[in-house]
Amino acid sequence: MDEMLTARDIRFAYEEGGRLAIDGLSVQVNKGEFLAVLGANGCGKSTLAKHFNAILLPTAGKVLVEGMDTADEDRLWDIRQKVGMVFQNPDNQIVATVVEEDVAFALENLGVEPGEMRRRVDEAMELAGVYKYREKAPHKLSGGQKQRVAIAGVIAMRPDCLVLDEATAMLDPIGREKVMRTVRSLNRDHGITVVAITHYMEEAAQADRVVVMSGGKVALEGTPKEVFSQVEAVRALHLDVPQSAELCHELTAAGCPMPPDLICVDECAAALYKLLTGKEAPAHG
Amino acid sequence: MLRDITIGQHFPGHSPLHLMDPRLKLVLTVAYIIILFVGSNFLGLSLAVIFLAALYLVAGIPLKMIAKSLKPIVPIIALTTVLNVFMMTGAGRPLFQWGFLRIYPEGVRYAVMIAVRIVCLIAGTSLLTYTTSPIVLTDAIERLLKPLARLHLPVHELAMMMTIALRFIPTLIDETEKIMNAQKARGAQLDSGTLRQRIRALVPVLIPLFISAFRRAEELATAMECRCYHGGEGRTRLRQLHMTGRDWLMAAVCIAVLALIGASGRIHL
Repeated sequence: MDEMLTARDIRFAYEEGGRLAIDGLSVQVNKGEFLAVLGANGCGKSTLAKHFNAILLPTAGKVLVEGMDTADEDRLWDIRQKVGMVFQNPDNQIVATVVEEDVAFALENLGVEPGEMRRRVDEAMELAGVYKYREKAPHKLSGGQKQRVAIAGVIAMRPDCLVLDEATAMLDPIGREKVMRTVRSLNRDHGITVVAITHYMEEAAQADRVVVMSGGKVALEGTPKEVFSQVEAVRALHLDVPQSAELCHELTAAGCPMPPDLICVDECAAALYKLLTGKEAPAHG
Repeated sequence: MLRDITIGQHFPGHSPLHLMDPRLKLVLTVAYIIILFVGSNFLGLSLAVIFLAALYLVAGIPLKMIAKSLKPIVPIIALTTVLNVFMMTGAGRPLFQWGFLRIYPEGVRYAVMIAVRIVCLIAGTSLLTYTTSPIVLTDAIERLLKPLARLHLPVHELAMMMTIALRFIPTLIDETEKIMNAQKARGAQLDSGTLRQRIRALVPVLIPLFISAFRRAEELATAMECRCYHGGEGRTRLRQLHMTGRDWLMAAVCIAVLALIGASGRIHL
């Protein structure tokens, strides 16, 4: 499988000789994959995100973006254009006073010709579902809408990979759901690789693969089922597991025969139905 | 309370003046101001006043807005008028004399002209901001000053700073309100006490505001770098400004009128 991002044994300290925020971490992200990165506060997950588009350079080790070394200054703009970043606070990443001008910001920087820019800005606004707000002032939009404007501003660059650094952390549940729906559709329908740094377990449960970080290292890695079925191991890293996984874990401990790897609500409900009635659950129970 | 503050008031509309190329509006406003101060007789000034009033009518901006924009500078107008009335000395006999104070006809004439000029200056520049949104105006300034970039003047950087300032004014106003409420909830008395006490009460509002503004600035800088920002070099723009046929027509009309005003201001009556 093609590699989108590769981090090889990277180390990073914010101050020379200071505490290592990342301490010998290796991770690989494949093309088209949806990877969730989990970890308690201060485990280095945001620091890792900033390594993926050369905002930070590792003190040791290498980060490769489609084979390009992030330390190679000549490829800096190629790398940043390939890997788009969306941050936590939507207010602090919107530059312009009109939505469509903000979406165009990256393209203006890249020197895209105005006719082509118009097409790509409209396309990006459609994909992120913010086309109807194109002439509004960003401060008049809700948090979720602003965050989708920020996503549009990034995907206008036509990146191959989207890195979300706790992009839903400041949003209300509806805004969060809409942003995640946009991200999933970009991943599934447009083949954009997604790296989502999050502390919402429900979001991580929808990923193709989960990496759990602790102390600047990878602590657990695998599919959401593999990771969340190890309830005790995840708890030991000061993280929660999705509610369904927790319920199954408790039931199993209490002696109920539940399948071991249920992490989403629908699956869990179906298993409980079967357990209680002895019949297969109807399609819409 | 903070919501009442408006910066560069803009009245959206679709009048010919609103739709005019902002660069043209800016240049014509500057030309108007120069002519206003070059002309030296009442005929020229009267024509300038009539022209401006006509433009307000075309733009569909109520004339009472002029009064509103003049309000803050009434003391300045009053002061300059008074000073001019008493300071100008004329050749003939004074109109009025009381102790060392003498009023000459020249003084009165000059004072009236200066007052009219200041009023026209404010009303004229206000018309520009009433009919042009701040962001479009910033754009126009950047493009008009572009030739100066060759002299290593940071034209793009200035325009970028203005854009970011305009973008963050509402955000920071919201934040100030939040901090004020938070401090009030902790018992801060922001609206009562002597002036001194009230100023001191603002310190716990301003410090968090500044800290947060710096943090925002840092995050914004990172986000801008992520979107490949590297200064004005090789940058293209989404919004292109083109002078249309109507713009040229408006330009011709305005230049003709301004020339007429300028010429009549030079006639010795």
